[in-house]
Amino acid sequence: MQDLISLFVKSIFVDNMIFAYFLGMCSFLAVSKNVKTAVGLGAAVIFVLGITVPLNYMLNEYVLKPGALVWMGEEYANIDLSFLSFIIFIAVIAAFVQLVEMVVEKFAPALYSQLGIFLPLIAVNCAIMGGSLFMQQRGYETLAEATTFGLGSGIGWFLAIVSLAAIREKLAYSNVPEPLKGLGIAFIIVGLMGIAFMGFMGIQL
Amino acid sequence: MDKNIITNPILKNNPVTVLVLGICSALAVTVKLEPACVMAISVTAVTGFASLIASLLRNTIPNRIRIIVQLVIVALLVILVDQILKAFAYDVSKQLSVYVGLIITNCIIMGRIEAFALGNKPIPSLLDGLANGAGYGLILIAIAFIRELFGSGTLFGCQIIPASWYAAEGGWYFNNGLFIMPPMALIITGCFIWLQRSFQKEDSKK
Repeated sequence: MQDLISLFVKSIFVDNMIFAYFLGMCSFLAVSKNVKTAVGLGAAVIFVLGITVPLNYMLNEYVLKPGALVWMGEEYANIDLSFLSFIIFIAVIAAFVQLVEMVVEKFAPALYSQLGIFLPLIAVNCAIMGGSLFMQQRGYETLAEATTFGLGSGIGWFLAIVSLAAIREKLAYSNVPEPLKGLGIAFIIVGLMGIAFMGFMGIQL
Repeated sequence: MDKNIITNPILKNNPVTVLVLGICSALAVTVKLEPACVMAISVTAVTGFASLIASLLRNTIPNRIRIIVQLVIVALLVILVDQILKAFAYDVSKQLSVYVGLIITNCIIMGRIEAFALGNKPIPSLLDGLANGAGYGLILIAIAFIRELFGSGTLFGCQIIPASWYAAEGGWYFNNGLFIMPPMALIITGCFIWLQRSFQKEDSKK
């Protein structure tokens, strides 16, 4: 249990998706102009990461890993399908996002109107794919660990986008040099926030 | 043929600094020049061929499922790149780690397919893809140049700053460790955007 809690905290702060690995930067910069939409996208990312990472973990464990197909019989023990992992992961993510979109549209129209436009964006958000790839690369051992990692990274991403959106809302009142306005200053702010987040880096959990 | 297809994406409409696409990988692989170059070449190849294939298939893809079809095309190409890198450049592919796989979700590729390849003939689409990849690669290599020079004092792994300058040898020079850290990549990109915008504004005034 303690391992899970420290993994959770670690994936939120120390291995923050944005500040340590730059994943999901495109939508991070495009959608962080006001806090409300940032919260919507952030919530969608937490949700999708929290489901697709465990799903892909199961696929990796029982289909893709070298020798993973052994449950089908002894003669499958030597099959290594790991070269297929990119295409399987992205197919799972795209299909899941499509499915969620349809379910939400059908059963929760209010939520759909809030979240709806962000869901298609998420299929090509690097943070989602990155979550699955890191899960595979770091070799998390149990389903619980993979789920914790997925949720933790989602929450880290959520925190990052909401705080950047809050700063950018206030930035409208400050006097920034003309060519640096908008995108340029956003990059530099993310850099400075990243320096602040570096403070977590030395922490061993 | 219109040469703007090739020149525009490299400078005026650069995918990284003007359109803000594909930043994730642009920042993460730029600590050293070598992986940055490999990444630039891989992305250029994938963008070019993905645009070509999507353009060839553009009249047969049903509109509703086009995102998934595009993802499959890109994923296939990326798997090829990954296997080639693992076979011929194993060290670099280890350094790039998950970022090779993340070429799939690189917004430049999907963006070019959506914006250009689905409405144009195969050859212009191929050129457009290659040119956008090259514009991305240019920024990548420029950032990596600055970060490796100041962060480690080397270029492509060769020592550029004379060893006798270093404090350990009795000199006065220290490598700036901050340039190796992730935040510095963002700040350098921000400065590139600043530079480019201020020059382009002068152009438009003339």
